[in-house]
Amino acid sequence: MKKIIATIFASLSLAAVAAGGGDYKPNDPANTRLEDKASLQRGATLYMNYCMGCHGLEFSRYKRMAQDLNIQEDVLAENLIFDGSKPGDLMKTAMPNKSAEIWFGAAPPDLSLIARYRGNKWLYNYLRAFYKDETRPYGVNNTVFPDVGMPHVLEPLQGMQYLSEEGELALITEGALTPEEYDVAIRDLVNFLDYVGEPAKVKRHSLGVYVLLFILVFFVLAYFLKKEYWKDIH
Amino acid sequence: MTRGQQFMQWIDDRFPATKVWNEHLAEYYAPKNFNFWYFFGSLALLVLVNQLLTGIWLTMHYNPSAELAYASVEYIMRDVPYGWLLRYMHSTGASAFFLVVYMHMFRGMMYGSYRKPRELVWLFGMVIFVLLMAEAFMGYLLPWGNMSYWGAQVIINLFNAVPVVGEDLVTWIRGDYLISGATLNRFFALHVVALPIALLLMVFLHIVALHAVGSNNPDGIEIKKNKDENGIPLDGIPFHPYYTVKDIVGVAGFLFLFCLAIFYFPEGGGYFLEPPNFTPANNLKTPEHIAPVWYFTPFYSILRAVPNMEGGVVLMGLSIVILFFMPWLDRSPVKSIRYKGPLFKLALALFVVCFVVLGYLGMKPPSPLFTLLAQISTGYYFFFFIFLTFYHKIDKTKPVPERVTH
Repeated sequence: MKKIIATIFASLSLAAVAAGGGDYKPNDPANTRLEDKASLQRGATLYMNYCMGCHGLEFSRYKRMAQDLNIQEDVLAENLIFDGSKPGDLMKTAMPNKSAEIWFGAAPPDLSLIARYRGNKWLYNYLRAFYKDETRPYGVNNTVFPDVGMPHVLEPLQGMQYLSEEGELALITEGALTPEEYDVAIRDLVNFLDYVGEPAKVKRHSLGVYVLLFILVFFVLAYFLKKEYWKDIH
Repeated sequence: MTRGQQFMQWIDDRFPATKVWNEHLAEYYAPKNFNFWYFFGSLALLVLVNQLLTGIWLTMHYNPSAELAYASVEYIMRDVPYGWLLRYMHSTGASAFFLVVYMHMFRGMMYGSYRKPRELVWLFGMVIFVLLMAEAFMGYLLPWGNMSYWGAQVIINLFNAVPVVGEDLVTWIRGDYLISGATLNRFFALHVVALPIALLLMVFLHIVALHAVGSNNPDGIEIKKNKDENGIPLDGIPFHPYYTVKDIVGVAGFLFLFCLAIFYFPEGGGYFLEPPNFTPANNLKTPEHIAPVWYFTPFYSILRAVPNMEGGVVLMGLSIVILFFMPWLDRSPVKSIRYKGPLFKLALALFVVCFVVLGYLGMKPPSPLFTLLAQISTGYYFFFFIFLTFYHKIDKTKPVPERVTH
């Protein structure tokens, strides 16, 4: 019976997409900067408050994040850890997988590597593309990820959008943030996810310069050594 | 005798250290006219060492079980000090290995390095190439990402094309009715133990065979034909120090590009590390488009160019097997492209174009136009080898000089 209902639901929503011309895909650049620690800190705060309840970052540790983002340990413990984890713990979600499957049909995915899988641009546009759609279980749909099985968790911040006949998104109810503020918040959040995807990225970029300079010097020395040896070969 | 000489004498009385050093380095005479293309042999050796060393250190932290493999790779990327560097050196190294080996093989095709008396050098080299493909394929499953999983699924299923026993064979390879922890564990064993041993053995034989006959050169002439009164080739120079110092320059140039990729483009635009591999293996969720890593795509294209799977598998196998026969297919009186006629130059250039086109098409989802292009390129790929058997009858050659040129 469950399956039948699910199938009916699925076919209904497919029909809705087909009728609603839902091929509108925003394509704005994310413009994130990993060097911007303030942005990363704001992103981390957003993530811990709005996302962590369902989506873990199970390969990262709180303490490492705090170090990389210049967050004091007492701030970390008071404002960013909500489930009693210790700073050295992995950032797992408090929601048990079993319950998640019952509530959502599937456990919400871990987002440790989502930025490496989807890319920053995709995430930036996805999080700005929820719109009202009563045919969906949570009353919302998404133009970037059609029929996404997730509610619009950031609705208190963004407000609610609707998809016009022309396929454009526009606000119908306002949220706590203006559209401009919301875009900045999402940029921070995506920046944070980019960091979480590869915590060593900033270090990789800064170390690379020295490695390449060393090799360059080595190349020049090797070149003149070769020249010296080969001058008697004709 | 100094103490150092006494020590060497003590060693040499018990082990041929000086003899081996001289035979293979200090008194191994290589033609003096090696050009850019001759860097890739030593570079292949360098990348092999890179893969072995980083591989050993990765193995210290990696966990080859279906439950923990994916997490252990991320553990290496985050919690192991400089683990990310080890991992990128290894994953970028795989791509670098194929790039270097393809250049090395192309060098052989240009200058006729596979021709008599170097047939065994070529054959051992081809065995290395096949082993390398197996090594790379099995290594790709180990991160246990979703592309690892489905890539292995597609390739292992090709064995279904074997008549009668195909299905049982596939089950036997997987060790299960689907790709599972059993498959992962056996691929791990083969990737870190069996295949590296086989590779090292073949590399050893490749070099022993090369040093027995001596290196070819861009002129494709035998330097051993012109020797001085001491029996030293007039156009030969001792490998050490001349080519060791020269190869170090090549190493520096290579390392610059290699490190540029490691530190700034470790994903290689999705070609070294594919995006779907950043989600864990899931046997219920097929990636939208399954494409092998770039170095396999030319052969994958040949597979897809044939409408039925059995035919595709046979043709793909044949595209590699036929390379083994290069030494006997080519009948030209001259070895090097420098003294061959325009027909051969055109044919080889087209072969390269087709190989690159096949590689590109193998990464893209099929479409009628792409399939047609792949079929044309596949046709030419095989025609090239037929062409090798008769072009000496129609193509002009230039006179080959007695001594090497600069």
